[in-house]
Formats: sequence, structure tokens, C-alpha cells
Amino acid sequence: MRVPCLLVLCALAATVAGSDQHYRLAATQIAADTWLVRGSTAHFSMANGGNIANCAFIATGGGAVVIDTGPSARYGEALRTLVERTTGEPVVRVYNTHHHPDHFLGNQAFAGIPIYALPDTRRAMAEQAEDFSDNLYRLLGTWMKGTVPHLPTVDALPGESTVGGHRLELFAYRGHTAGDLVILDHATGTLFTGDLVFNHRAPTTPNADLAAWRSALQGLSGTPFARLVPGHGDVAEHGRAIAETADYLQWLAGRIDDAVSSGRSMAETLYLPIPRRFDAHDTLVEEYRRSVMHLFPGVEHAFFHAE
Amino acid sequence: MLTVVSRALNSGFIAVAITLLATPASGTQVDPLGSPQWEFMHRTMLDGAPYEFDGRVVVMTPASAEDAMNVPVSFRVEGLGPIERVVVFADLNPIHKVLVFHPHDARVALGFRVKIEQATPIRAAALTADGVWHVGGAWVDAAGGGCTSPGYTRAAGTWYETLGQVRHHRWPGADGGDAVERLRLQVMHPMDTGLAEGIPAFYLERLEVTDVTGKPYASLELFEPVSENPYFTLDINAGGRPLRLSGRDLNGNRVEAELD
Ligand SMILES: [Zn+2]
Repeated sequence: MRVPCLLVLCALAATVAGSDQHYRLAATQIAADTWLVRGSTAHFSMANGGNIANCAFIATGGGAVVIDTGPSARYGEALRTLVERTTGEPVVRVYNTHHHPDHFLGNQAFAGIPIYALPDTRRAMAEQAEDFSDNLYRLLGTWMKGTVPHLPTVDALPGESTVGGHRLELFAYRGHTAGDLVILDHATGTLFTGDLVFNHRAPTTPNADLAAWRSALQGLSGTPFARLVPGHGDVAEHGRAIAETADYLQWLAGRIDDAVSSGRSMAETLYLPIPRRFDAHDTLVEEYRRSVMHLFPGVEHAFFHAE
Repeated sequence: MLTVVSRALNSGFIAVAITLLATPASGTQVDPLGSPQWEFMHRTMLDGAPYEFDGRVVVMTPASAEDAMNVPVSFRVEGLGPIERVVVFADLNPIHKVLVFHPHDARVALGFRVKIEQATPIRAAALTADGVWHVGGAWVDAAGGGCTSPGYTRAAGTWYETLGQVRHHRWPGADGGDAVERLRLQVMHPMDTGLAEGIPAFYLERLEVTDVTGKPYASLELFEPVSENPYFTLDINAGGRPLRLSGRDLNGNRVEAELD
């Protein structure tokens, strides 16, 4: 007798808590057969429900391809509905660009459909998905209700693969994380960069290798494209967003090196001023300080432990 | 206003009178951080002595910690005259007291890192010659786990290979090194809190920077929340003279190093 009562209570609680927590996802067509679901350029918050990353989808004629799935089960469900309604095609394939939680915790809504990610991404997810998920529960509360990490099922490998009428070329980079997948749709010239490129939004660095990231950006700037879909921020028609991301990363690396070699403490480094040329980046100060905490200890260790 | 009265009563009538005399117009006794633990901190960390919240005690921390085992903190005290000592504590940590800094011949400023278990105020309280504590602080948010998780080298089982090793760098002052110079040093130590399961408390409890004659420049009493393999950043009036670091941990292991 007790179990049904509990179930009723849970259902009631969910209705109350969830009443105003709907992701109002909108798809913007950015090329033939291609749509962007743009996330906020803010940090995770109760106001945005973690909807801070870009997702995209392609109607290939042979089924819809989805690139990244958002921060939660509920987001993933809303995304799948939007994709199928917009394209009139069933989802046949999902790509996760990398292992950060704002890009893949919606996978659950695509269970049963092949989900592709780079082998390094799958390894990182296996290690960190639970911690990421716990942290988002802490930051987003009931927005995360029912979310359980659902990991990719297939290795994405560099090279070409055709779905319907779209020839997709996959590139394996690293730098933002241990595995950063880039997809070029040759049918439209659209380059999906994941978080290797941020557009007017400060890059995030919790798993970054800045040198590898900058050489990945060098690789991307040599790839011809008609438009670029960044992991965060607006679609870009040219290479400016790549150059700006590279500029910021180069400055950041130099800033940390200078701070350590001139004897700054980590806390002092948090509060050093940031050049005005980065003012156009959203969440600049917050991300800069997070980056100091990510990167300073490694540079400091190398400095103090060098022979 | 009511809160001011109750705090004043707690600290005792004589203490209140002294505080009022010593308190400049800028001082306040309303906790700017709104901590539920302030009364308790005042009793246990400052022995209930007169205090004021004072903007001249500046505590620099991130608003949110990325690594709860390694939260960067710096404090700086300016314009208060001679400071006898500075006590650093975290209101909502399972172990509150972080360290006590004695600036014998140094700027009243220190950089270090702490472990925190949850969101907490981190405070620095500087004691002036008139017996009044001047308190600054800031809130730090954290995902948690910093105090009850074993440290990295403890988890890796490698701490004993490096125990007590000291590394340092000195940066002479901009004026050529005659007065204040920056000293950064690291002492390898697991700094176990005793809160991680099966690992007893084991931490550095004292460090002192002196010259070769034993004249002290700065000394530190350390407690469990100081991070593993801690770094310290000091500004000392050593003018490029040879310095020495000495200290010990809870088990009596000595730390000795020349800081050339
Ligand atoms: Zn990312």
C-alpha cells in the first residue's frame, strides 16, 4: 500500500517543481537542410537550465543527424521533438563533439540510436560523466530530473561518411578536451567545430591543453568552409571566431606564464586586469578566473620543479 | 541593529567599551558576509575579544572554487599600523582554523591554498596593538569534498618519497632588492586532515623564515585545512640576505632548508 502512495507524491512534486522549467528550444535554419539550436552564452544557472551550448541538426534525406544533445534528459527530449518536427525525418545518428556535460547529457533521449564520439571522448566520459552529472544536479536542481549519463555507443573515426545526401567529413582534434570532434558537411560547407571555437564567449578550460588547442585552431583555419557553427555563440561566416579564440588562448597562456615567473600568487593572478580587446566575450571575468584555477597549478609546478 | 546589540553582549561589557573607543567611523560589527557561524567564530577563533569588520583587511579568493582541495587565498593588511598576528579561518569548514601568520619583519600579506568542504566564508583577522581584531573575508562556493577526500599524493601512495622537500624562488624588489622582496616556497607534505577515512591527521604545524643568525622575518602556525604540498607567498624585508626555513610537522619530522 505504501508504494503507490509514494509514487503519487513524487508525481505531484514533479508537477509543481517542473511547472515553469521548460526549455523553449527554437531551431534557426542556417543552411540548406541545416538548423542551429543556439544556447545562451552565460554560465550554467537556474535561469537557463544549463542550456548554454549550441546543438545542430541536418536533414539528410536519409534521416536526421544530430550534433550534441544538451545538458539534461529534459533538454534531449525537447531537442528530439524539435528535430523530428522540423525535418520530418527520424533521427538516425547522433554525434557528441566532446565530453563536456552541456553537450551530451541529453543523450538519454536518443537511446537506441547510434551515438558517435571520438575514442578519447568516450574514455573521458567513462571517467568523468558521473562527476559532471552530480555537479549539474547541484547547479541546476530539478532541471536535471531523471538525467542519467547515457554514453556514446560507436567510435567516431576521422574520414568521410555519407548519410542520405550529405557527405560528412570527420576530424579528430584535441586541446579543448582530450578528444574534440569537428564535422564538415560537404553538402553545405558547414563546419561544426564543437568547443574548439567560441564566438564572443570566453573559452572554457577545465580539461584544456592550450598548446594542442592552438594547433587545432591552426588546422581549422586551413579548412575551407562556408559557415562555422561554434560550440558557444553565433554562427560565423568567416574565420574571425577562430582567430579570436586563438588570440585569447595565446594571451591566456602568456598571462599564466608571466604570473608564475614573476612571483604572483594564484589568488593575486585571479584579480589581474584583462585587456580591453576581449571585452566582447561574454562571461569573460568568470571564465578567466576559472582558467587561472585550472592552469596556474601546472605551470607553477613546472616552474618550481624544474632542475 | 538588534544583531549588533546581541553581538556586543556576547563579547562582554568591557570588550564593548574598548571596541567603541578603538573603532574608527568606518568600522562595523555587522557581519558583511552574513555567516550563521560568526558568533561561534568570534568566540573560538578570536577568544571573544573586541573586533570590527574592516575593509583594510583584504582577502582575495575566487567566488567559486574549481578545485575544493586547492582554493587560492591571499590576504593583505594595509594602513593599520603594526600587526601582532593574523588568524585565518573558514566559518563552515569541519576544521575552522587554517593558519596563524606572524609578520616579524615582513609585509602583512600572505598567499596560500586551502581545502574547503562546502561553501564558506574565509576570513583573515589581524590583531593590532590595542587588542582589537580587524576582520576581512570573502565567501567561496565549492562543489565539496576537499577536507574529507585524501590528497593526491596520499591517494597515489607517493607522499613519503618527497616528504619535507622544500622548493623556493625569490624575487628582489623593484628597487633592486634593498627592501621588500617576494619569497615563494613550497614544502612537500600530505597535510592530512584526519577526516579522510583511515588516514590520521598528519600536517605541518610550524614554519619559520629567519636569516642565518636566527633573526625571524615571518612565521606560520599551520592547521589541517592548508592544502597538500602547500605553496606560500610572502613579502619580506630581507633585502637579498641569505635566509633559512625551519619547521616541523605533527609527528616531529623537521623541515630545514636554505633559501638562497
Ligand atoms: Zn566544452
